[in-house]
Amino acid sequence: MKRGLLILALAFAALAAHAKEAAPMAVDEVVEKRMVAISDELRCLVCQNESLSGSHAELANDLRTEIRTLIKDGKSDAEILDFMVARYGDFVRYRPPLKGTTLLLWFGPGALFALGLFALIRYLRRRNAEISDAPLNAEEQSQADALLQNEDEK
Amino acid sequence: MNKFLWPLIGFAVLVLLLAVGLNLNPRDVPSPLVGKPAPIFSLPQIDAPGQFFSPRDMQGKVWLLNVWSSWCVSCRQEHPVLVELAKTKTVPLIGLNYKEIRGDGGIDTDKIDPATEQKQAIARAGGWLAKHGNPYTLSVLDLDGRVGIDYGVYGVPETYVIDKTGIIRMKHTGPISPDVFSGKILPLIMELSK
Repeated sequence: MKRGLLILALAFAALAAHAKEAAPMAVDEVVEKRMVAISDELRCLVCQNESLSGSHAELANDLRTEIRTLIKDGKSDAEILDFMVARYGDFVRYRPPLKGTTLLLWFGPGALFALGLFALIRYLRRRNAEISDAPLNAEEQSQADALLQNEDEK
Repeated sequence: MNKFLWPLIGFAVLVLLLAVGLNLNPRDVPSPLVGKPAPIFSLPQIDAPGQFFSPRDMQGKVWLLNVWSSWCVSCRQEHPVLVELAKTKTVPLIGLNYKEIRGDGGIDTDKIDPATEQKQAIARAGGWLAKHGNPYTLSVLDLDGRVGIDYGVYGVPETYVIDKTGIIRMKHTGPISPDVFSGKILPLIMELSK
């Protein structure tokens, strides 16, 4: 009897220990999946090149907890993103919204590329024109003819 | 001459952009809270844990909210500036003690209950203020950092200038240097106090 109780106690202890360790994962899997999807879209402000889902920073941990709470409160993904932007600004989003202050960010690289392309085409055209505009003089012509003649005889 | 002019101009522009970019502080993220009402909270005071403080109590006053913690190294750096400010009695300075226990990585908070955590936080924060001087009109305890999230805190210390109607007028991230204080914060306080 005593032994049975001991085994039972040990079993419960093991269960308790296990439950404790698994606590962060044990929460609803659907919530967890959504939390990861949302936090993938967000930047960790402490380690600015890490996403919120991948960061080990303490604030990232707090914010992930916050997102879980918001999901459980029935908030939509858009509402949760708004929650974060209202506190930390557009900078927390990896895909910032299109507006006045982010125009350069969105179209800057494209504009720079277009400018480069324009410059390249102009340069090539001008070079082409320079080359075709230079006719051979008489001496050069006969030299070229001789070379070509040579080539034909081979 | 012309052949080298454009590449040279391009290079100069690139250097200029890099020079500006490298001199920007990546920590200086503009806060969306500037121009918005300071988020409301109600937190226990360090000196009197039975009493709660809310930003509503400060209606009609220009005041500073400074986020600090005893484990925060840069807080000690700005501390003399705050102590000087307190001596001049220009504006009330409210301290928001951010995650005193939980923010200090060395302590496993799973093992202590909230009441113990609060007691420890008061002892630690109070001890720190006793040692380095207490510039705060009062300080409140944000044990879990939840209020910190509402204020968009991501690196202690941070300081908010709040006007008479409760609108945040400025946020400074990082330690306040004497230059930042006399050049940016003080002029704003003077203007808002008019």
